[in-house]
Amino acid sequence: MTENRTIPAPHIEEETRPFWDGIRDGKLLVKYCRTCEAPHYYPRSLCPHCGSEDTYFKESDGRAHIYSFSVFHAAPIPYAIAYVTLAGTDISMMTNIVNCDFDSLEIGQEVKVCFVETEGEGPPVPMFEPA
Amino acid sequence: MTIKGKAYIVGAYEHPTRKAVDKSLAQLHAEVAKGALEDAGLTKDDVDGYFCAGDAPGLGGLSMIDYMGLKLRHIDTTETGGSSYVIHVAHAAQAISEGKCKVALITLAGKPRSSGEATGTKPRNYGTDSPDVAFELPFAPTIVNNYAMCARRHMHEFGTTSEQLAWIKVAASHHAQHNPNAMLQKVVTVDDVVNSPLIADPLHRLDCCVISDGGGALVVVAPEVAAELNRPKVRIIGAGEAPKHQMGGRVDLTYSAGAFSGPAAFAEAGVKPSDIKYASIYDSFTITVLIQLEDLGFCAKGDGGKFVADGNLISGVGKLPFNTDGGGLCNNHPGNRGGMTKVIEAVRQLRGEAHPAVQVANCDLAVAHGTGGSLGTRHAAGTLILERV
Repeated sequence: MTENRTIPAPHIEEETRPFWDGIRDGKLLVKYCRTCEAPHYYPRSLCPHCGSEDTYFKESDGRAHIYSFSVFHAAPIPYAIAYVTLAGTDISMMTNIVNCDFDSLEIGQEVKVCFVETEGEGPPVPMFEPA
Repeated sequence: MTIKGKAYIVGAYEHPTRKAVDKSLAQLHAEVAKGALEDAGLTKDDVDGYFCAGDAPGLGGLSMIDYMGLKLRHIDTTETGGSSYVIHVAHAAQAISEGKCKVALITLAGKPRSSGEATGTKPRNYGTDSPDVAFELPFAPTIVNNYAMCARRHMHEFGTTSEQLAWIKVAASHHAQHNPNAMLQKVVTVDDVVNSPLIADPLHRLDCCVISDGGGALVVVAPEVAAELNRPKVRIIGAGEAPKHQMGGRVDLTYSAGAFSGPAAFAEAGVKPSDIKYASIYDSFTITVLIQLEDLGFCAKGDGGKFVADGNLISGVGKLPFNTDGGGLCNNHPGNRGGMTKVIEAVRQLRGEAHPAVQVANCDLAVAHGTGGSLGTRHAAGTLILERV
């Protein structure tokens, strides 16, 4: 299934630029904290768990499973919004599930990251498809 | 320190309009203010504290007090979305207990219906400065699909069904048939709900609240002011407020901030959920009610589906009459913010002024509870425990 919906380009701040640069390079970068060692999402300069400013990006392998999802049937072009939990972590990110049969989606289903173009000169955004 | 017994709700007014094409937003605020003050037997010159939220036009509270000509000692513009007005009642009680004001006015108004706003189905852009927007807006989160993800997860973990959720709408519709101002006065069945079009799976059209113009207002006063007024006395005996968010990615959609605000309010009041005669529960969607009922302790987490089924929320039928005005699901959701009307109907019940067909007998203890923001991302809950004196 082709994603025909127009995706607005994300607004980039300096603190999130490495994340979007990573996406342009085909990598999903996740922010970790050196102080409490926990990952977090969305990426921040200050760790939302412990407040430390000693945070860094680490590449994820892009594997995840669906935490929850909803297919928006009432939209002009139906789409699936989801939270997916990144493999080996306890953090979930909001995303879309694409390249799939909406009727076959299930909580717990294994998915993998893919990168979908946005409007204009913006970077792609991380979406997920069945693994 | 406690607000228990330190303040009374003496005025409550719900605007009868549901579509206000020809009224300005400021006018609606002022009309509901006048209605609540008249209900209390007070005038605008008695008001020394004013509370409003993000729905107020212009510079919020400052624009509205200018419009209404209020002279104040205290102003509070706490913004937590639809729960703001529940929290304002608690803040008014706090301000009164500290001597900062004696007569607090709270107003809400909005015109999403006449402005053609796609309240629940259009992604909301909170602006590029909002740190979450870049990581959410590209995926088209709307209010409906956000709550739908909560419903889906609840179904997955606890076996909740669409039919159980539908009972919440059915109960609301049984109440709304007696409210001549309600937008949807037709009684519906479980089949009607589950056979209505899917909006965002698993939520159907009839799982969603109405979109309406209008507003409401409340007057909260010090005990010595309440004593001089010729109105039934509704005393604030407990309040709780709490936020919840994505917790840095540790997302859990099965519970809400009501799990914190509820126990705090019950503890302050010194009562239990089983003591409650009537409950106003924010009903932006059916799932909102189900999760709140669990979080407030009316049943165990995961048992909400069984609790709401078979008419348990219908006045005169079930054990916990809820939203006897028809709620947001059938009556009114002014300005996309349901907290105000939750408090107003609780006041009507405690005064014995609800419609006779839905009035709860000997209703002397009620809860009014709201959530604002979105259950699936960021929200705040407010809980009030109110008693008739």
